[in-house]
Amino acid sequence: MTADPKTRRQGVALIDGVEKVTGRARYTADLEHADALVGRIFRSPVSHGEIVRLDVSKARALEGVVAVVTGEDCPYTYGVLPVAMNEYPLARERVRYRGEPVAAVAAIDAETAARALDLIEFEVRELPAYYTAAEARAVDAVPLHPDRPGNLERGVHHEFGDVHAGFAAADLICEERISCAEVNHAQIEPHACLADYDPLNGRLTVQSVSQVGYYLHLMLARCLDMDTSRIRVVKPFIGGGFGARVEVLNFEIITALLSRAAGGKVLMPLTREENFLTHRARPQTDIRLKLGMRRDGRITACECEVVQRGGAYAGYGIVTILYAGALLQGIYDIPAIKYDGYRIYANLPPCGAMRGHGSVNSRHAFECLLDRMARELGLDPFVVRRANLLHAPTRTLNDLTVNSCGLAECLDKVERASRWRERIGKLPPGKGLGMACSHYVSGAAKPVHWTGEPHAVVNVRLDFDGGVTALTGAADIGQGSSTMVAIAVAETLGVSLDRVRVVAGDSAVTPKDNGAYSSRITFMVGNAAIDAAQKLKSILAEAAARNLEARPEDIECAGETFRVGTERQSGLPFIDVVKAALVDRGPITVPGAFSCPPEAQGGKHRGGAVGSTMGFSYAAQVVEVSVDEADGRVTVDKVWVALDCGHAINPLAVEGQIEGSVWMGMGQALSEETRYVNGLPVHASLLEYRVPTIAESPPIEVEIVESRDPYGPFGAKEASEGALAGFPPALVNAVANAIGIDLDELPVTPDRLMEALVERRRKARLAATRRAS
Amino acid sequence: MQTASPQPRKRLIRVKLNGRWREDAVAENHLLVDYLRDVARMTGVKTGCDGGECGACTVLLDGVAMPSCIMLAARCDGRTVETIEGLVRHGRLNRLQRAFHQKLGTQCGFCTPGMIMAAEGLLRRNPHPSDAEIRNALSGNLCRCTGYVKIIESVKAAAEMLP
Repeated sequence: MTADPKTRRQGVALIDGVEKVTGRARYTADLEHADALVGRIFRSPVSHGEIVRLDVSKARALEGVVAVVTGEDCPYTYGVLPVAMNEYPLARERVRYRGEPVAAVAAIDAETAARALDLIEFEVRELPAYYTAAEARAVDAVPLHPDRPGNLERGVHHEFGDVHAGFAAADLICEERISCAEVNHAQIEPHACLADYDPLNGRLTVQSVSQVGYYLHLMLARCLDMDTSRIRVVKPFIGGGFGARVEVLNFEIITALLSRAAGGKVLMPLTREENFLTHRARPQTDIRLKLGMRRDGRITACECEVVQRGGAYAGYGIVTILYAGALLQGIYDIPAIKYDGYRIYANLPPCGAMRGHGSVNSRHAFECLLDRMARELGLDPFVVRRANLLHAPTRTLNDLTVNSCGLAECLDKVERASRWRERIGKLPPGKGLGMACSHYVSGAAKPVHWTGEPHAVVNVRLDFDGGVTALTGAADIGQGSSTMVAIAVAETLGVSLDRVRVVAGDSAVTPKDNGAYSSRITFMVGNAAIDAAQKLKSILAEAAARNLEARPEDIECAGETFRVGTERQSGLPFIDVVKAALVDRGPITVPGAFSCPPEAQGGKHRGGAVGSTMGFSYAAQVVEVSVDEADGRVTVDKVWVALDCGHAINPLAVEGQIEGSVWMGMGQALSEETRYVNGLPVHASLLEYRVPTIAESPPIEVEIVESRDPYGPFGAKEASEGALAGFPPALVNAVANAIGIDLDELPVTPDRLMEALVERRRKARLAATRRAS
Repeated sequence: MQTASPQPRKRLIRVKLNGRWREDAVAENHLLVDYLRDVARMTGVKTGCDGGECGACTVLLDGVAMPSCIMLAARCDGRTVETIEGLVRHGRLNRLQRAFHQKLGTQCGFCTPGMIMAAEGLLRRNPHPSDAEIRNALSGNLCRCTGYVKIIESVKAAAEMLP
């Protein structure tokens, strides 16, 4: 394999791909655990109540049970946002959703653990429970959290520009109410955690599915009241994340508590049902959106109200409701925006971050309404988008920096590829085309846990063997981030990709990393990796310069050979230069770092940091559908998508990310939704929760647009999230194009579509009767 | 003190696993997936759901792809079981493994062993499947990363390679 920029244009296979295709890759539940106890969680059977009695003595007395822990064992709250840590790993005094962990056991085997759970006695004085945002917001509703009257976790009220003037200047003003069901990440690897507390030396090692090992480390120390130096967090292979694991999860802390109580290793594998109970995904959202538009398609003003049903605890909620407003911006040039967001507590599993965090549902409403207004004004949907493009570099009204933007090119590409102009309006009955645009951040410019440290650090090591080792805390969860790091290092150094090894996610050896969230790794860790490799390169260039009797700045390395400039003389092989460099200083470790400058960290208004980033990715997509009016089924025939990722460091991986994100958007658009009956999830399996199978998944034609971001690593930006949010509106717009019905609810299930069709027939009959009389 | 759970009865089974016969005592209620993972330590066989939903545990039983989580180990007595671990021969990846690796048919990798085994079952009975036949054969295997585009490409590429 090579990291030569020309040959990698086809893309590079994952550096850990062989492990994955051979079954050698060990995920958390695969780790050696023959000597481990099995952990199981006792969960609240009611949605809301005060704990009257919790008696675990019978469970504790069962032969084979080694430890039982309850809320008594951990008086510390945890959470991802320092301002909103309102959750205990195991409930204390009160339970707030069905399935909330109350107690946990560690036993010699799964059967014994299950029997122990049956012996736990639990009495609750029930409180009224709220399953919708409207119920929870009622004036007489009992607050889930005493400090949050009205069950309002956070209200956001932002106004930028002159909204009144904007609407006054509009030729057309439209307002819609659009709602999106709650969805779940449904990563295929179920959650699991392996904790090993050694009572003989007081040290704890935790291996878990986390996307954020550093935060896990901090929360373990906090909840177990341990010194961080006695804890080690190791990341095994991770079977997908999509945001499911970007905050520390209750079972991770519970496993560690059990391990300490038992004085030994505990493996806690969660069932699929428990994955749905752990949740932390995209909330059910109601949106009221009003746009003003001139006859030429130019947007004059936007007013948006978003209500998110956030579940029982804070999690990322404040960030989600801020994103929903902040990312109305950064894609189009809109002169005035008013945003009101309400994040509401309800007695359901807590929501959190999911791919496209906060932006997806707002973008859905926005792109649907743009299309409807375009239709009313007789404008093509592409024309309306083009009329409102941002021109980089610029700053948005809410102080987000936009350094590069290839959306115009994305639009051109999908318009051409789908043969939009030739085909729109000329398709046979029941067939339709729809389009939409979307964007996403390349890493939140301000870290969640602000420490003042660099935003990313990568260490690069070189020793006698000539192997280059990149040490990173960044979590490869399948997106290929370790491969990206290897390419960045190899290409900067001018060595073969095979020479580079990446060691990732072990707090004992790798530098701290904020984690795999907000698509930050390519931009931030990529830049840090290049920085480290450049430092190593200068050390090697100095050694080579001495041997070649030249100046270090004139030394180049390509194809593992050091030469003076581009002269064709026989150069020095890499390994000889390594040996020369080691003579001076012994084994080499150099750190590389990257930070987003303060001016990129968003506005000074409250919540202004959310949405800020060094680079937005941009995407446009066209979706072609067939609608069967007999059974209400929508089939996606084809998708054309173009995404501006600045530069594709690994085109193969970029394509894979774009395909995967578009397809995940399709799941949300067509079939995925959680459903609760009195707080009981009735969707908690992969049969009930309808993730699209290969049978109904369309061909996706991907085009990569490279706008070369001035600050991105090799010009790169993110590629994993930006395209997701465009799919649901493109689909709804395509359905409107096919059958003339605008749908206001996601997902577009056959039930919902049939209802809309029946309603249309009813109205048509009514109109006909009126005309007749 | 309550006593531990009564031990279920065990049976001795003989299974040809990845080309080698082995004998194990297994509980009558022991699932094949648990036998493969916990007893034979073939952890390439994955558990992704609570039973028969996701296909991550797919293995070949007498050459036919099936989820090992809805099969009792005891029923495999005298039969041939193949897992992802058995596909590498003489230090060489099987053609599906090569294709999934090169074409990025795998991202997080968790569904990959089951996906490859389902595809292997398909290619053995149908060496040149159409897109529709690939979709049909893999429709019980969920992937959450790829959108399946590169999985279909991988299977097609593998079908073009020498076995």
